Amino acid sequence: MDATITFTVNGQPRTVTTDPQRRLLDVLREDLQLTGTKYGCGDGYCGACTVLIDGKRERACHLPVTAADKRDILTIEGLCQGDKLHPVQEAFMAENAFQCGYCTPGMIMSTVALLKEKPNPSEAQIREWMNGHLCRCCGYPKILNAVRRAAQARR
Amino acid sequence: MSTRQDKRIVKSQVKSTCDRTAAPNEISRRDFVQMLGAGLLIAVSAPVVSAQRGGRGGGGGRARSISARLHVGIDGTISVMTGKIEQGQGARAEITAAAAEELGVAASRLNLIMGDTSLVPDDGPTVGSMTTPLTIPPVRQAAAAARTLLIGLAAQKWGVDRAALQVSDGKITHAASNRTLTYADLARTEDLPKAFAQAAPADVTVRVVKDWKVLGTPLPRPNGRDLVTGAHRFPSDIIRPGMLYGKVLRAPAYGVKLISVDLAPAKAMKDVVVVQEGSFVGVAARTTLVAERAIEEIAKTAQWETSPQPSSTEIFGYLKRRAQNQPANPFADELAKAAKVLKATYNVAYIQHTPMETRSAVAEWADGKLTVWTGTQNPFGWHSQLVQAFGLATDAVRLLVPDFGGGFGGKSQGEVHVEAARLAKAAGKPVCVKWTRAEEFTWAYFRPAAVIEIEAGLDPKGVLTSWHFVNINAGSPGIETPYRAGRAQSRSVNTNSPLRQGSYRALASTGNNFARECFMDELAAAAGADPLEFRLAHLDNPRIRAVLEAATQRFDWKNRVERKSPTVGVGLACGTEKNSVVAACAEIALDEAGKMTVCRVCEAFECGKILNPVNLMSQVQGCIIMGMGAALREEMRFANGKILNASFGSYEVPRFDDVPELDIQLLDRPDMNAVGGGETPIIAIAPAIANAVYHATGKRVRALPIKVPV
Ligand code: FES
Ligand code: FES
Repeated sequence: MDATITFTVNGQPRTVTTDPQRRLLDVLREDLQLTGTKYGCGDGYCGACTVLIDGKRERACHLPVTAADKRDILTIEGLCQGDKLHPVQEAFMAENAFQCGYCTPGMIMSTVALLKEKPNPSEAQIREWMNGHLCRCCGYPKILNAVRRAAQARR
Repeated sequence: MSTRQDKRIVKSQVKSTCDRTAAPNEISRRDFVQMLGAGLLIAVSAPVVSAQRGGRGGGGGRARSISARLHVGIDGTISVMTGKIEQGQGARAEITAAAAEELGVAASRLNLIMGDTSLVPDDGPTVGSMTTPLTIPPVRQAAAAARTLLIGLAAQKWGVDRAALQVSDGKITHAASNRTLTYADLARTEDLPKAFAQAAPADVTVRVVKDWKVLGTPLPRPNGRDLVTGAHRFPSDIIRPGMLYGKVLRAPAYGVKLISVDLAPAKAMKDVVVVQEGSFVGVAARTTLVAERAIEEIAKTAQWETSPQPSSTEIFGYLKRRAQNQPANPFADELAKAAKVLKATYNVAYIQHTPMETRSAVAEWADGKLTVWTGTQNPFGWHSQLVQAFGLATDAVRLLVPDFGGGFGGKSQGEVHVEAARLAKAAGKPVCVKWTRAEEFTWAYFRPAAVIEIEAGLDPKGVLTSWHFVNINAGSPGIETPYRAGRAQSRSVNTNSPLRQGSYRALASTGNNFARECFMDELAAAAGADPLEFRLAHLDNPRIRAVLEAATQRFDWKNRVERKSPTVGVGLACGTEKNSVVAACAEIALDEAGKMTVCRVCEAFECGKILNPVNLMSQVQGCIIMGMGAALREEMRFANGKILNASFGSYEVPRFDDVPELDIQLLDRPDMNAVGGGETPIIAIAPAIANAVYHATGKRVRALPIKVPV
């Protein structure tokens, strides 16, 4: 039996009628064509699929789509204001904090969530918060710079 | 640059749109020129470079010699075309900069088209750090030819001497008469066809380093904005109208044959396409979930014939026993005379590339023609495979490679493009096949495991008199020792690998350099010498000496190595590969349980003239940290043909909390040609860490990943 999910995605009200067992990640990508949220492992180990749900970071590969019902989803595509990049996106650009860029949307979404929760994160807090994210290009040093820069920009 | 080339000029006057995905099956070169808008197309035939390429898959020997590189549109757009691909290593920025430099335009004005087999020249696969030494020169040459022609046209038009003209930012200026013409103006002139029917100037010269304005400066990724906004469509993000999602039946283990399978349960599912062609069984459905369910239904019915397979616990003995033509040490006389003879065996595990984006392909058929979007390091190779698999004409297949999510040598071979095309053909709709992480871990290929045996002799003064080095299974890259060793022989021998294996970042030089550099430390200890002094005493290569001295100075090696502690150790290593040189010093800490942390790494790297310092820094950082994964933890475990750790939960790659203090020096050599820098920086880190473990514990490390001796 299909379920009907009503939620807000990047500020837009959306309704999807689908198999309730589908992962939120697949519905975002396959039904809403929001492909900025990535599949990296499907297992909760890499953070490539990170989105914000009601302002908190979640792994879209782990959640059934029903978990998003009546909730507010923010994906990487919803971060810009018109043409203007979000400060975290700016920070990643300024630090050249990507090589292939496949992990980047997840890293950015997680940084946004971090700065919401801890506007002034310590070095240890940054590393701990980001540690669930993998970058196989191993661009960690520049990603750390970007997170620090984004935190600084808020001060 | 010394590469000699023929030039041809083609003019097109047809206008059209710029939408590259509008009609994927219909693209021909002429259509493409239409898409770009009218303008001049400068074609440069690349020299046959097979002789220089050698080694693995350099693309040498390809017959295609005439290849278009560059297009100037009447709207001012300039397109540059290359068969190279972008996987995060920085080719897009570098090739763009090379063309911008020679054209005299800002890099932001250029549109670089990469890896689209219908549009670009075959520059060979993107492997072996070859883009910088072998693709940058012809791109510069083509762009310089274009600039020369454009200046010539302006000079002719104004009736002035070309030497009186200046080019900057795509504008040609005659200062004396205060006249200017843009490249776009020239692309629009009526007499272009005639002017460009002549051969390009034969005396094209590229800009010398001291005149560079773009190359050598920090060049950000041209499409970086699309990466941070999520707008970039990686191969796995391509969506085509009506597209289905495909899954392929995988064997439960290696060395297993399909005997029978019952497709009926899957066929009974609504809207599921089921395909069987021999041992290929796949499905396509409207969602990934339905495709997964369908393939599970099929898997339940599959009967397999198994065969015994070795396990990772016995792999090194297995490889050694099957080694073919293992050479004996021919230096018996030297060894008999030596004051000391050392012999050691090093083992290197199979590891996986695990690029962040797993293999994926979208295939679409229309009117008997096939279009495939995929992430491959070998676009023309995969194109040929599709031509062969489906018995098509060469121009009936178009393969496009959007910038993809990492390869590290792991996306040179594969079959995902053929899988998607088979399913799409049967479904009569576009199909996307995206491998799961577990599939990638199990069915992609691995960096080869190796057994490396070394024997060497020292004279009474601690000077190397003979060196014998044998690598079983992993191959010969980086196998030759850079050290003076009296008589030396290094050989690679084949064996039977139970796992599928292939190229990796720096390939076998990771293992070869690990073994050599660890053994050099053992020899230094036997000679009673400091590891640095011992190396320098045997090292003639001035470039390796330079990086070794740079890294050790920054690290304060001489003082650090004096301080002995059972919980803190320091080690160093150096090496050369792909004509670049590297040295690293590492400091490690051990806790009471023997758990190791890499605290600090000083690395010095030199790859000739630096073309893009910001990207080179990313590559060196990435190499060091990726290399730490292979040094500390990464190894495939398997038994009975099954991979036991096909997940990031059990195969632990480096994370943020592994990142050490990094002190990296990039040595610039403007007097030398640029060579690639995305691989060699990985080869020194594992031996530097292993040697640091010895420094702390007094026990030798002879295997990767490193198990701290207790
Ligand atoms: S894809 Fe969700 S954590 Fe890896
Ligand atoms: S930039 Fe490639 S995975 Fe992070």
